[in-house]
Amino acid sequence: MMGLVRSRELWLALTVAAIALATATRAPGFAGAENLLGIFNNTAILMILALGQMTVILTRCIDLSMASNLALTGMIVALVNAAHPAIPVPLLMAMAALVGLCLGALNGALVWRLGIPAIVVTLGTLTIYRGAIFLIAGGQWVNADQMSPDFIQYTRLPFLGLPVLSWYAIVIAAGFFLLMTRTALGRSFYAVGVNPTASVYAGIDVGRTQFTAFCLSGALSGFCGYLWVSRYVIGSVEVARGYELTIVAACVIGGISIAGGVGTVAGALLGALFLGVVNSALPVINISPFWQMAISGAAIILAVILNARSDRRGGRLILRTAEPAQ
Amino acid sequence: MTEPTLALTGISKSFPGVKALNGVSLELYPGEVTALIGENGAGKSTLVKVMTGIYQPDEGQIAVAGTPVTLPSAHAAFEKGITAIHQETVLFDELSVAENIFLGHAPRTRFGTIDWRGMRAEAQRLLTGMGASHISPSARLKELGIANKHLVAVARALSIKADIVIMDEPTAALSHREIEELFALIDMLRRDGRAILFISHKFDEIYRIADRFTVFRDGEMVGKGMVGETGQDEIVRMMVGRSVDQVFPKQEIAIGAPVLRVSGLSHPTEFADISFELNEGEILGFYGLVGAGRSEVMQAIFGITQPSGGTITLDGQPVAPRSPADAVAAGIVYVPEERGKQGVVTELPIFQNISLPSLGKTSRHGFLRLAEEFALSRDYSERLDLRAASLSQSAGTLSGGNQQKVVIAKWLATRPRVIILDEPTKGIDIGSKAAVHAFMGELVAQGLSVIMVSSELPEVMGMSDRIVIMREGRIAGTYANDGRLDAETLVRMAADIAETAA
Amino acid sequence: MKDTSLTARHIPDRLDSPLRAALLSWPSLLLAVAIALFVLNALASPYFLSPWALSDATFNFTEKAIIALAMALLIISGEIDLSVASIIALASTMMGLALQFGVGTPGLVAIGLLTGAACGVFNGLLVTRLALPSIVVTIGTMSFFRGISYITLGDQAFKGYPPSFWYFGQGYVWWVISFEFALFLILAVLFYVLLHRTNFGRQIFVIGNNPVAARFSGVRVERVKFLLFCLTGLMSGVAAVLLTARLASTRPSIAVGWELEVVTMVVLGGVNILGGAGSIQGVVIAAFIMGLVTFGLGLLNVPGIVMSIFIGALLIAVIALPILVRRLRERLTR
Repeated sequence: MMGLVRSRELWLALTVAAIALATATRAPGFAGAENLLGIFNNTAILMILALGQMTVILTRCIDLSMASNLALTGMIVALVNAAHPAIPVPLLMAMAALVGLCLGALNGALVWRLGIPAIVVTLGTLTIYRGAIFLIAGGQWVNADQMSPDFIQYTRLPFLGLPVLSWYAIVIAAGFFLLMTRTALGRSFYAVGVNPTASVYAGIDVGRTQFTAFCLSGALSGFCGYLWVSRYVIGSVEVARGYELTIVAACVIGGISIAGGVGTVAGALLGALFLGVVNSALPVINISPFWQMAISGAAIILAVILNARSDRRGGRLILRTAEPAQ
Repeated sequence: MTEPTLALTGISKSFPGVKALNGVSLELYPGEVTALIGENGAGKSTLVKVMTGIYQPDEGQIAVAGTPVTLPSAHAAFEKGITAIHQETVLFDELSVAENIFLGHAPRTRFGTIDWRGMRAEAQRLLTGMGASHISPSARLKELGIANKHLVAVARALSIKADIVIMDEPTAALSHREIEELFALIDMLRRDGRAILFISHKFDEIYRIADRFTVFRDGEMVGKGMVGETGQDEIVRMMVGRSVDQVFPKQEIAIGAPVLRVSGLSHPTEFADISFELNEGEILGFYGLVGAGRSEVMQAIFGITQPSGGTITLDGQPVAPRSPADAVAAGIVYVPEERGKQGVVTELPIFQNISLPSLGKTSRHGFLRLAEEFALSRDYSERLDLRAASLSQSAGTLSGGNQQKVVIAKWLATRPRVIILDEPTKGIDIGSKAAVHAFMGELVAQGLSVIMVSSELPEVMGMSDRIVIMREGRIAGTYANDGRLDAETLVRMAADIAETAA
Repeated sequence: MKDTSLTARHIPDRLDSPLRAALLSWPSLLLAVAIALFVLNALASPYFLSPWALSDATFNFTEKAIIALAMALLIISGEIDLSVASIIALASTMMGLALQFGVGTPGLVAIGLLTGAACGVFNGLLVTRLALPSIVVTIGTMSFFRGISYITLGDQAFKGYPPSFWYFGQGYVWWVISFEFALFLILAVLFYVLLHRTNFGRQIFVIGNNPVAARFSGVRVERVKFLLFCLTGLMSGVAAVLLTARLASTRPSIAVGWELEVVTMVVLGGVNILGGAGSIQGVVIAAFIMGLVTFGLGLLNVPGIVMSIFIGALLIAVIALPILVRRLRERLTR
């Protein structure tokens, strides 16, 4: 019971629900199932990206190149689709994930093999990947009329009452839940973040684990590249510009410690949902959407303060009387 | 003769400025406990790192069950069945007890995923088998005390079913009852035919549990044999390379008036009701087991942590340092135990380390004057007989003993009233040790007052005027070191008398 | 047995001559790169060597470089401030608001600088008082500060800054030397002295290398870090005045994405992103390199986004190359 009360995820879920309910008192339709599912669908891409970022942050790294990776991969599949509309979209999706994985692997290799800090590597590839979009597209945009109908539909088709976009997020989230809690790889992400030295002694290759995390975040970024271009029906240099920090923000709000080793799948999802609900709630209660940025900024600051509070320790336990009964 | 499970021959390992291991060999036999004995800095921990694949030896061979192997990574050592139980650092605070035991070799379900239920059950079984059923497998490790964390580490080693088990000072933070339980476990492992390396410098434990011994001194193997056939004096002589009656250059100094008075100092979790006086020209020893709270008390006096109650007065004036800067300004300085982490800034040159707390004196209007810094640094480093090629050499390239001299020089340059030395000779070579001891004598002769925290009995008894004994965060007794005090009393006071008597 | 007597042995101050050390340093390498770029540019475009063209080229990096000076100190101390571009936005917005109330040029400058410093105080308090990781805190304040700008302005803009104010972003102190550039040079000298010639600067290096040992040596770590956040905020305020004066308008999207360019400039300048090492000379040369690349490629009609590829690759290459060279040398000597 105590565990549940102290759980960050529970409090965050209650906060998200409270915002939705408070908004509903002003706009009755807001808490309706249809609207909530709409919000979920709008947040699907951010949720997927936050899961990838979480994996990297767990291993004490950070991936600032996710949004550029997304935009570059999105542009590549959009161009391929425009040039060869006959290629089936599932193949393009696989291609997006693969291209993204390669871009992520480049980050990971630089961190692993050369020991360059992740923030420097991904700061570099952030600008490189973004610039590459201009090179491959020659500065052009890819518009709706250049995309095949399938390309656009594969995020919109309804399935069991939800657009498939939502289902992608659900399936990936479920997969991540299994990965993080039930597999040796998932646990090694945590181990590396909690104590890299001890991980070495436990037979875990820290660098390789970080590399794998970058591959995962890259593959998810690439996949989201397709989702983004399909959903917003535009491929351009400006796609998701600056979004890398929104992804980090979702993770921080979700209680994922930037120091590594602490964070859950539920936290990452809720952090993304928090941002999604706030964004949707503002226009409904007649607050200008320009408030959105300041609110998410305040939420990040508040989240990091709360996270730090719960982590604070009162020194070593030496006095027998001070040790809690077990 | 049975073939050793693990045989190391001619292992050498050098680091910049120091040869940590020089052609050492070691054999571990199945069903036997081999004790590795040596002073701090003798090369024991380097050897453990070679055996666990963390360090690669520069020379030498490793053979497991007669087959030559290389151990390029920790994982390779793990796969060869070598596992080590270390002190505190090897565990994962944020993960559960069960996971700490099974990380890397967790039980799987038939889908290949981690079987949490099986893992918790197995962890419970292991812990119960060790007599540690009070530890819950699903508790987070950070919720446990030091002794319990240690038991988890032992459980981890048991779970790996390794043929070769390295125990690096496993009893350091355990109570007598817990040590007995650990020895029962070691007996169990021995009966199973495992080869065990037991690293300790406590002779009673070595004679109690080990079959063989190997002695290291200054990175070389100086002797080995069967424990039952060798006397304690002989091993000690091998270990220190001279007779047991070490000469401590303790000069007779007239003890003056009280300088530092601490009364009722308390902290919520670390220590309670600490009261003592320190007189001018006195060396006050603080003895106790590792983790008895001695360093924590000193760090509170130095302003690192804030005590929850109690008072400190220096020369009759109350002081309440809220930071080390306050303490230094008041005239209290602290030479920490964690030299590399808290003492020197290893990347910076020697002279910058030494001048750091004295920058106010060497600079003019806040602007650096390098010439003054060099002069100050040279003055103190030469007085401490620092061995360095130049003062611009980075402190990290020095040996442990010379790094310690840099830390002491740094503080002497501030002209303090009270100097607190926390394990001042831990991990430094014998030559530097003697230099540090001699210098302590000089310090008190000049009217300084010294607090020396030490876990080494000969040092405490050889250097101190009075000895404060701490146990579990409290003062267990204060004695004048006047020749009537014997080592046995000290050890009993520091450990738990009640349990020894039982 | 080693000699344990306390007879004094002379220990020299240094073995290497300082000149030799300086020649082998990172800034010297960077300087070579900068000179090479300069020559390449001069060969590639006949317009490059015109004094006015070069003067124009300085405008595209001086504001960022001014922030980079302070950011270098902050990163050397082991912290980072990702909110600098947002501080520009907020400071510029506050100046714009003041303008609506008829505040004159001196008042506008004061408000810009004060807002910047106040933002730095806010970051510094969060990081040092609450012991929070600066990277996350400043990602938060990055949204927060710019968010206030958006709340204030929406999709509007403040215009109508008085011509006397324009001077800070458009004026020249002498011939082709702009006010911005002159200010940057003066600040660079001041920051050089602060980092390399004062106690305060020494403490920054110590903290960046080992904050625990610094604290255990009586350095007031939190105070130094707090002051560095304030300084970074103040320099962002300076940049806000210059940029606002140059553009003669304020939009909430002003200087968007600059934080990463500033960090790139600092890291390119040889400052260790993990703290503890770096120099102002390096950062100044890195600023010139980024300016030269942008300007040179611009003359060749290469669009800005493509230059960013070059900058990104340069950032990784300058860090990767020494590592690769060291590995190669180790392999050869083995």
